[in-house]
Amino acid sequence: MATGTFAESGADLELVGIHKRFPGFTAIEELNLIVPAGSFFALLGPSGCGKTTTLRLVAGLEAPTAGRILLGGKDVTNQKSFQRPVNTVFQSYALFPHMTVLENVAFGLRRRKMADPVEKAHEVLRLVELDHLASRRPQQLSGGQQQRVALARAIVNRPALLLLDEPLGALDLKLRRQMQLELKTIQEDVGLTFLHVTHDQEEAMTMADTIAVMNKGRIEQMGAPQELYELPRTSFVANFLGQSNLFTGPVVGTTSAGISVDVAGQKITVPVDRAHRTTGDITIGVRPEKLTLHRSKPSHDPRANVMGPGRVIDVSFSGVSTQYLVEVPGVGKLIVFAQNMTFGSEIREGDEVWLSWAIDHGFGLEDDPANAPRFSPDLDTRTIAAQHLLEEA
Amino acid sequence: MALAALSTSTAQAPADTSRKSSPVALFLLLPGILYLVLFFLTPLVSLLLTSFKAPTEFGDFGQFSYAFRWENYADVIATYWPHIIRSFGYALAATFFALIISYPLAYFIGVKARRWPLLQSLALVMVIAPFFISFLLRTLAWKQIFSDESFLVTSLKAMSLLAPDAHVTGTAFSVIFGLTYNFIPFMTLPLYTTLERLDVRYLEAGSDLYASPFHVFRKVTIPLSMPGIVAGTLLTFIPAAGDYINASREFLGGTGTQMIGNVIEANFLVLQNFPAGAALSIILMSVILVFVSIYVKKSGTEELL
Ligand SMILES: Nc1ncnc2c1ncn2[C@@H]1O[C@H](COP(=O)(O)OP(=O)(O)O)[C@@H](O)[C@H]1O
Ligand SMILES: [Mg+2]
Repeated sequence: MATGTFAESGADLELVGIHKRFPGFTAIEELNLIVPAGSFFALLGPSGCGKTTTLRLVAGLEAPTAGRILLGGKDVTNQKSFQRPVNTVFQSYALFPHMTVLENVAFGLRRRKMADPVEKAHEVLRLVELDHLASRRPQQLSGGQQQRVALARAIVNRPALLLLDEPLGALDLKLRRQMQLELKTIQEDVGLTFLHVTHDQEEAMTMADTIAVMNKGRIEQMGAPQELYELPRTSFVANFLGQSNLFTGPVVGTTSAGISVDVAGQKITVPVDRAHRTTGDITIGVRPEKLTLHRSKPSHDPRANVMGPGRVIDVSFSGVSTQYLVEVPGVGKLIVFAQNMTFGSEIREGDEVWLSWAIDHGFGLEDDPANAPRFSPDLDTRTIAAQHLLEEA
Repeated sequence: MALAALSTSTAQAPADTSRKSSPVALFLLLPGILYLVLFFLTPLVSLLLTSFKAPTEFGDFGQFSYAFRWENYADVIATYWPHIIRSFGYALAATFFALIISYPLAYFIGVKARRWPLLQSLALVMVIAPFFISFLLRTLAWKQIFSDESFLVTSLKAMSLLAPDAHVTGTAFSVIFGLTYNFIPFMTLPLYTTLERLDVRYLEAGSDLYASPFHVFRKVTIPLSMPGIVAGTLLTFIPAAGDYINASREFLGGTGTQMIGNVIEANFLVLQNFPAGAALSIILMSVILVFVSIYVKKSGTEELL
């Protein structure tokens, strides 16, 4: 690829039947993925699920055990990493310690014999606001600054496909938000394809056009952030991407409104087109912000599900909203987010409450409840990610 | 000096400047300082004084008295300049060959063999094992191998790869060969210790940034292993320049291959011309010092590569 010109536009990335086995460990099994040219694609999953391995396969730093990798329609499976029009922002940055920041950034340009490598390097360093440190060594910079140099070193090459391995992990919140916008702008301006790996669901949802949720070396679900949030297909996705209240029970009937499920004696309805399974035992769910709390049993409404009575066991106030934890006998703990808009009598710990939500807000999962993991709803994504880490260890 | 130079060049990060002088530190340094004064400074001064001595008037053979006869230096340079040049030429050649041989070896042991720790230890033992046999014995063994009646030399002659009247021992080739052979472990071990710590993620980053394996090697691997290269070349070059075993007639050398070490030996032990031997020693030391400081200074700046 030593042509001396930048990629005109991003390239499609296609992974076909990728398997990756390390001695005694399968890191990736049967990965099929299409990242359209010019898109911002996020690969989201807990630590150890094979995200870095996927990027290394695409970059050419690792060879797949089986399967093919296509870039812009061209099979690059057997190309060496230096021949692929791909650049990586490494999780560990991997900045050359024997070169200045400027030389680090100019490295790729020099290898491709680009005109004015120094000028271009300064330009991209100004973009990440580090031009004043151009003559420093990487080890003289803070973690966040190193990360921005790593970013600059990759984007300066305008690769057809940019791989980002948790590139914002070391930044503080404010800088992270700023860099997220910056990255998004760069991606849109240049029209490159970004494959962004992260374990931060919020980052994935705000930045990406498409998210693929990965778990244990497989893609669990793929789609637009909103689609994934509104209609998760597996309990893993339902809990990794935001939080969910999940219930399990047998299907007891089908009405015009949807399928009815018996959850510990209470009949809950889910629209047919929002349920992935329609017979036998199924798991259904609803997002915590969709629930409404009532002090008395609400009057019957054919378009709403009602559950209760239950008891409030925890209340935590967080400014814009309040989070309630409600224990419903036979069902378990439910989590409710209520916006602090209603005045009137405050609901306190120990109060008896009923819950209701619009039937249209429920969703039915594809998982077989028998082997689906049951997360308790008071765990957030971070805890779940940490749990997975512990399981790996 | 050489050691100080080594340590500054090995430190990759900016040297830690936490040099607090406390009485305790001085006290702890005392034995070291005493040792240096006693066993380095005193002999050095004595050597310097000897190098300026003049023959005692009406004295016996090998009797000298204190003087300031700087002509000793002019005399030894005029007499022995070919030996001096030869010494540094041979040492440079041996250092070069040792580096060429040791680098791939150390790279294999330190980087490629990381996945097999057993192979790594085994290979290291093989590098060090020859040390268990005396340096003299090993050099003598090579003399046998290179002797005119040896299997190797007769076979080469039979295949007409060597002229019928040619010799191998006593040539520049055999001396440089011996030096290279004997100093390879000194080159390999420091190279191994830096390469063993080489982070391959830098190599991957280079490859990701369009550098071919050759460029990754030149732009990333070599600069990152510079501390090992500097240490290895110094540990080879300095003793090789002063070596007198390999070049001596009893071993691999001949009359035309005498190095400065052989001349110093002859002046001290045979000719009993102590001032000449001392002057030669001082010259050898100074030239090495100048060589080494230029080298360390140059290699400290990455722009060299
Ligand atoms: N070279 C390797 N040899 C063996 N196992 C590996 C290797 N590289 C990664 N793994 C394993 O593959 C799994 C996925 O790793 P990785 O892709 O780094 O996860 P992450 O999603 O956190 O980036 C992990 O369990 C890790 O231990
Ligand atoms: Mg990772």
